[in-house]
Amino acid sequence: MTPLLQVKGVTKHYGARLGCGDVSLDLYPGEVMGIVGESGSGKSTLLSCLAGHLMPDAGEVIYDTRAQGPRDVLGMSEPERRMLGRTDWAFVHQNPRDGLRMGVSAGANVGERLMAVGARHYGQIREQAVDWLGRVEIAADRIDDRPRAFSGGMQQRLQIARNLVTGPRLVFMDEPTGGLDVSVQARLLDLLRGLVREMGLSAIVVTHDLAVVRLLADRLMVMKDGAVVETGLTDQVLDDPQHGYTQLLVSSVLQV
Amino acid sequence: MTLHDQNYNFGYLDEQTKRMVRRALLKALAIPGYQVPFASREMPMPYGWGTGGVQVTAACLTPEDTLKVIDQGADDTTNAVSIRKFFQRTAGVAVTEHTEQASLIQTRHRIPETPLTEGQILVYQVPIPEPLRFLEPRETETRRMHALEDYGLMYVKLYEDIAHNGEISTAYAYPVKVEGRYVMDPSPIPRFDNPKLESAAIQLFGAGREQRIYALPPYCQVVSLDFEDHPFEASKADHDCDLCGCATSYLDEIIVDDAGGRMFICSDTDFCAGRQAAGHIGRLSGKDTA
Repeated sequence: MTPLLQVKGVTKHYGARLGCGDVSLDLYPGEVMGIVGESGSGKSTLLSCLAGHLMPDAGEVIYDTRAQGPRDVLGMSEPERRMLGRTDWAFVHQNPRDGLRMGVSAGANVGERLMAVGARHYGQIREQAVDWLGRVEIAADRIDDRPRAFSGGMQQRLQIARNLVTGPRLVFMDEPTGGLDVSVQARLLDLLRGLVREMGLSAIVVTHDLAVVRLLADRLMVMKDGAVVETGLTDQVLDDPQHGYTQLLVSSVLQV
Repeated sequence: MTLHDQNYNFGYLDEQTKRMVRRALLKALAIPGYQVPFASREMPMPYGWGTGGVQVTAACLTPEDTLKVIDQGADDTTNAVSIRKFFQRTAGVAVTEHTEQASLIQTRHRIPETPLTEGQILVYQVPIPEPLRFLEPRETETRRMHALEDYGLMYVKLYEDIAHNGEISTAYAYPVKVEGRYVMDPSPIPRFDNPKLESAAIQLFGAGREQRIYALPPYCQVVSLDFEDHPFEASKADHDCDLCGCATSYLDEIIVDDAGGRMFICSDTDFCAGRQAAGHIGRLSGKDTA
């Protein structure tokens, strides 16, 4: 089986400081990869490099495109990369304000990607928006409200709906549950897990919350100081951590 | 060439400045709908009064030209009168109020009702040339969006209109796509005028404060954006002109007393006067409405 995403030796420096160094990974269709590590360990830098938001200093990011097979994303032209970013890919930001258009209604937020890829029928766009709001448990009568009027959890769910409406195959998530209270987190995770399984999505989830990866991720990568220190199946890494830092991380979780 | 007032260069601007503006105009005509940056000058009038239009007009005027200036369709409002006087004084050109006789027309927010012909130039005053501005505040990003033909966001605005008002409620500055490529703000003309953008005349747009010039060459394709199930519609007040009886012109609504009385009259004063002179009458013709 061809990996959906192949990452080879991605390195990013911020001046003299290392963002992330020599990271390689393969992501197969339908697989969810978790990336954990403390703040400043290079998780978000890595994710931005993979999603094409940042240009890495070295390395390759090869994506198995629908039309042309495996292609180096970093070598693509800007329009191609933008097109990929709004059809086959999705990016869920930690702060919904970064991922949503706060000045327009929820329906328009969901419809924007459809309109960007050429949908020009208002009725159909609206129908899909209603459908997707339903899937992320937002009442259909909130469709014309602006995201400002939504709670944090609803904003995050709206962001997910907006990203998944074009039926992407690969989702990048940066701390999708950050800043939400635990009961809302649990429901969001439940929803995400359902959507990922139902749509057969591949995902890369960056988080510092081990519970999130335990629930969502098939495989786990642990990062420290810009480098990957341990990889493996999620349960294996969490239940039998080998590297000293991973052991520290696992034992730091409060048991209630 | 005779100068009316020796204190000014012909057409107020110095020759180097006119050359610079003309270069921008040629580039704009070569790439219809593309916003060309130009080094806009300080003009002896405040921004928002047509500094962009005046610079374009100054760069296009020749001593043989006949100039007409309109403001919201009218020849006799402050903005129109002062700009017309400005060029009478600084260029000494002939002026007219008749659309057919003018070789160059500077306009604020209207296209004349009388169809323009080949050889005429229509100059628009533009406050904000960027159609995406209120959706995307960053200039770097809007430029990139134009470069990549990334216009989904424009439809988000139209979607919002329909979602909140049941129809596309954008009534002026209605975005258009030029020759299948650039999305352009036609300046705040009523959307009633949008179909007239496909014209035999040269149309030039000048935005002084924003330092942009763009243009539509004659007969170039201009399509108003819309949805398949909510097609574009050129709308106007559902009345006939109360002075000339015209049912097809764009109307201004005028409150005439404090008891709810109102009248609708053509916004294009020259067109209305022409029809009245030809014997057309409307509902309130001959009555004293003042």
